[in-house]
Amino acid sequence: MPFHKPDPALLEALRESIRRIESGGASGGTDGLPFGVPEVDAALPRHGLTRAALHAVAGSGRAGDRAASGFCAALLSRFVGEDGTVLWCRSGDDLYGPGLAAFGLDPAHLVVVRAHKGRDVLWAMEESLRSGAPAAVLGEVSSVAPVAARRLQLAAEAGGVTALLLGAAGRANLPTATRWRVSAATSEAPAPTASPTASLGPGHPRWRVELLRARGGGTGIWTLEWRNDATRGFALAADLPNRPADPAVGGPEAPDTAGTVVRLAG
Amino acid sequence: MGFPLVTVEGGSRLVAVNAPAWAAGLGPGAALAEARSLVPGLRTAPADPAADLRALDALADWCGRYTPWTAVDGFAWEGGGLWLDVTGCAHLLGGEDALLDDLTARLRNFGYACRAALAATPGAAWALARFGDGGVVGKKANLEPLLAPLPVAALRLAPAIVEGLDRLGLRRVADLLRLPRAGLAARFGDAVATRLDQALGRTDEPLSPRRPQPRLSARLAFAEPIGTADDLAAACESLLGDLCRDMEEARLGARRLELSAYRVDGGVSRLAVGTARPVRDAGHLARLFAEKLKDVRAGFGIEVMTLLLAAADPLEASQAALLEDGAAEDEGVDRLLDRLGNRLGFRWVTRLAAYASHIPEKACRAVPVSAPPPPSEDSPASPRPLHLLPWPEPVEALAPLPDDPPVAFTWRRQRHRVVRSEGPERIGGEWWLDDPAVPRDDLRDYYRVEDEDGRRFWLFRQGLYRPGAPPRWYLHGLFA
Repeated sequence: MPFHKPDPALLEALRESIRRIESGGASGGTDGLPFGVPEVDAALPRHGLTRAALHAVAGSGRAGDRAASGFCAALLSRFVGEDGTVLWCRSGDDLYGPGLAAFGLDPAHLVVVRAHKGRDVLWAMEESLRSGAPAAVLGEVSSVAPVAARRLQLAAEAGGVTALLLGAAGRANLPTATRWRVSAATSEAPAPTASPTASLGPGHPRWRVELLRARGGGTGIWTLEWRNDATRGFALAADLPNRPADPAVGGPEAPDTAGTVVRLAG
Repeated sequence: MGFPLVTVEGGSRLVAVNAPAWAAGLGPGAALAEARSLVPGLRTAPADPAADLRALDALADWCGRYTPWTAVDGFAWEGGGLWLDVTGCAHLLGGEDALLDDLTARLRNFGYACRAALAATPGAAWALARFGDGGVVGKKANLEPLLAPLPVAALRLAPAIVEGLDRLGLRRVADLLRLPRAGLAARFGDAVATRLDQALGRTDEPLSPRRPQPRLSARLAFAEPIGTADDLAAACESLLGDLCRDMEEARLGARRLELSAYRVDGGVSRLAVGTARPVRDAGHLARLFAEKLKDVRAGFGIEVMTLLLAAADPLEASQAALLEDGAAEDEGVDRLLDRLGNRLGFRWVTRLAAYASHIPEKACRAVPVSAPPPPSEDSPASPRPLHLLPWPEPVEALAPLPDDPPVAFTWRRQRHRVVRSEGPERIGGEWWLDDPAVPRDDLRDYYRVEDEDGRRFWLFRQGLYRPGAPPRWYLHGLFA
């Protein structure tokens, strides 16, 4: 008789469902991954990005704006932990390893899965989510049907793995835990130095982050900065020292008073 | 019995004849005009050696149901033939006689005329199949008396040598056996003596199989042909169970497995699965096959299935139960990558590896997870973009001074006003400048720039500034 070892992923999924039943049947995972920015975390249920759920992140759609990619890379780096693995499923081949380090993502912890059809990207995501093995799974697709998103949400719950859908948040009716739009924002020059010309370079990556919808939470628009220094994390643009009063930061639609959380209706 | 049919080469010589034509006195090599006068109404077809070879190759493939070791016979002047090394396989078919009977009965059923012999040496088997009575000759049998009455052509000698021997009156193998070896070699070179030695087993004869030989294999034959998906899955699991036990004993883990399903109609379906790390878990391997078993066409049923270990790596005795949590998690990821790799192709399931190169395009490469991980290199200290374009795209840039960063540029017909910039970072190696053989244009001055919307780009100016020549600018990457 061949000896069949129980599938660890299956066992973990069962344990997770038991935990969920015992915790009162809340849908999705049981905790959230905080941004570390109180204003943002306050707008999210569980004070952070719900684990074992599907989150959609869209970009601005403008040529050359890869803010949403950077935002997702930063999120993955927070999910991956010490020795986890995250998957990035996409069709293109322009993801550049040395650039990932700027978002705290060690390429050794990342597996890039390339599929040439959107259908295969979704399949790879679902398979990875159900396996329960990776720490998080990101899929880059230009569009996704609500029924496909529903499958991903179920797979994320079954496997206990967080799923990020990059590039397809345009539809308002997608069954996702949160829906974001992230676009580039002008950066703050590094702290002024003795030489006036030395401060002209781009500063930390800065993004206009819109929380369009959060199931059981609020909405909001913030200008967030990703700092790849000792703190390695998100910061609200207002937290910056030496920030000059510049109302143009974050673009015309951004909050005009730095650091104010703007809650949108609905 | 049918009508006499021959194949003709170049419109004049017979290449092959069927049984009725043979009975009418025709044979390979005869002139077509003569043949037509002998057999009125003779049907002819042009010889097609390439198609013959393809057909033989397909048959060799089909013979994999008996043994993984099969090959097409290369002695073209004696018509087509197949080699099968059935060492250690015959017991699966109920003995050597049963194997040979099964093989010839099935080939005849496909419509082939065939003769088969099984002997301890390839040379003896070849001679007995073509010039003797065929059948099985036991391992311990004395081959000399069996081969002695056969014509010398039975020793796989080129026609010119056979003719030469014939002129000397040496027509039977027995005639050669009586001669001193040294005389044979002096007269005809080594060929005759070597072939004689090979046939009698005095020297080894290495033959090459048509496919690389597996380290281990398993085989399953069904009394009744099977065809349902459940039966196929069960058979696959049973084969995997057998092979995994053998792998455990050999301390091997599978990297690539090939499953072959032999149909009643002579067709063969082959499936292969690969793994990123050596695996000996029958359940996991069965799951990899499950996805692909759908592609097996059962037709009228499958009679035999074989599973070959095509590639393996050492894997120590099972410690699965002793693994700690972290290792178990890694195993989960490995299994996931195996499933992704088998569906999408392992070349698409990659890790981004850093390489020691100052050329940005060469500093990062996607390496399949199934390949050994390359030594990790430190990434460059200066910022690098999250997205690197497949190749640098030319942009129209406006720079106030030749050595200044641009104040504006146009990329993909869109104009960007630069509000912040950093650089240049010179890539290309200054030491090249001293070498007149290296074009100075290889030098790139990279700038990190941000436009008025906060979009960030990686631009470079190609080559050194030369008065009179407009500088060439390219966009190479996008920062997040």
